[in-house]
Amino acid sequence: MINNRFFGRRRPEPTRPIPPGQYLEDGFPVLSAGPTPRVDTATWEFSIEIGGEAVGSWSWDALNALHQTDLHTDLHCVTKWSKQDTDWRGVTIDTLLEDAGVAKPTGFVMATCDGGYTTNVPAADVVDGKGLLVHTYDGEPLAPEHGGPVRLLIPHLYLWKSAKWIRSLQFMDNDAPGFWERYGYHMYGDPWREQRYTGD
Amino acid sequence: MATGESDSKLDWQIATVTAVHDESPRVKLFTLKFPEAAAKRGFFAGQYYDIRLTAPDGYQAQRSYSITSSPDESDVIELAIELIEDGEVSSYFHEVVETGDPIELRGPIGGHFTWFPMLKRPVLFIAGGSGIAPIMSMLRHHRSSNSTAPALLMFSVRTEEDILFREDLEKMSEGDDSFDLMITLTREAPKNWHGETRRIDQNMIDTALQTLGETPDRAYICGGTGFVEAIGNHLLDSGMGYDAIRTERFGP
Repeated sequence: MINNRFFGRRRPEPTRPIPPGQYLEDGFPVLSAGPTPRVDTATWEFSIEIGGEAVGSWSWDALNALHQTDLHTDLHCVTKWSKQDTDWRGVTIDTLLEDAGVAKPTGFVMATCDGGYTTNVPAADVVDGKGLLVHTYDGEPLAPEHGGPVRLLIPHLYLWKSAKWIRSLQFMDNDAPGFWERYGYHMYGDPWREQRYTGD
Repeated sequence: MATGESDSKLDWQIATVTAVHDESPRVKLFTLKFPEAAAKRGFFAGQYYDIRLTAPDGYQAQRSYSITSSPDESDVIELAIELIEDGEVSSYFHEVVETGDPIELRGPIGGHFTWFPMLKRPVLFIAGGSGIAPIMSMLRHHRSSNSTAPALLMFSVRTEEDILFREDLEKMSEGDDSFDLMITLTREAPKNWHGETRRIDQNMIDTALQTLGETPDRAYICGGTGFVEAIGNHLLDSGMGYDAIRTERFGP
């Protein structure tokens, strides 16, 4: 349906194309289903399970002692905003798997967080450099409301997949819906295919 | 599954604007009528719709707007749209849209920030500015379903003219023993103002909790990011459980 008197502001002009239905945002909006949980790095621990079996866990110090990766990327939130040219530092899931001494898992993965948030993605979407645990944004410690001390970052999917306050990744054979996916958000969430909701 | 709709595709629909109302200097209310009652999907109070505008050259813009009407209304929904500086969709709605215009939309969407009459326990609502929108739907549903769940709204706005839905809210609180209303003006209050005149703080929340009588099973907070972060922290400090607090934030 055409809105004859709608022309759009289209500003600022994106430096690169942005996915359909998105607009460019300069700020960094916060979207969370609950209050910001209080996370203490002194007791924080991150773990990986494969097929129900714990294969590795890392303290805050242990995470920081691993090889660190810098990532310059764009973000796309299902609530329609995109943010270009963001800078992150953290540890790739590949590095964690390597540190645990396990092979690249297949199937799917469920991310679980402080506060109980969960989200699901295919395993292939967090390996080969595609997924990181990040603790630094724009050179500063990641703010609590943005998921600090540590969040998952999978920038090629809508941002609800980049779970804040991450505590574990559970690799599993079958896909299962996470928090928003149970409310009708897309199981995969590719912004370029505009997979916002079930059936998109 | 809270939406009950998540196994089916959310198709774009066309609804017609049947009323436009200036609710405040920056917020307009739009009543949208679906072609027939059956075309309006059932929704839970707190859910929202995506609106899509398409320019003659094919350029599109989408935004989400909360439903402010009660799910009990048959074939219409009411949306509150705040004029955002440089907002391409909100300015179109404020400057161009009039009664009779068709609007493309799909929904309802969301499902966590929802209240429904089956919830019988005390509930605390805290809204900042246009964050009242999804909560208004919940309060209207509370009313239209004759819910006896004790409910209290803390509503923080800058000035008196920013009190959205004031008449409705005051009428509801006068005619309903189970609903209490606390409005606070944070920037400027008229001389005859009897309500609060500061930002919502721990003391004000303690007063609200005392008025409510029991610790609420749920709290719904909606407003700008800073507002929701601050209130969320106050509620955690009050001893409310993390899981009892549901939030919706807007703005960068």
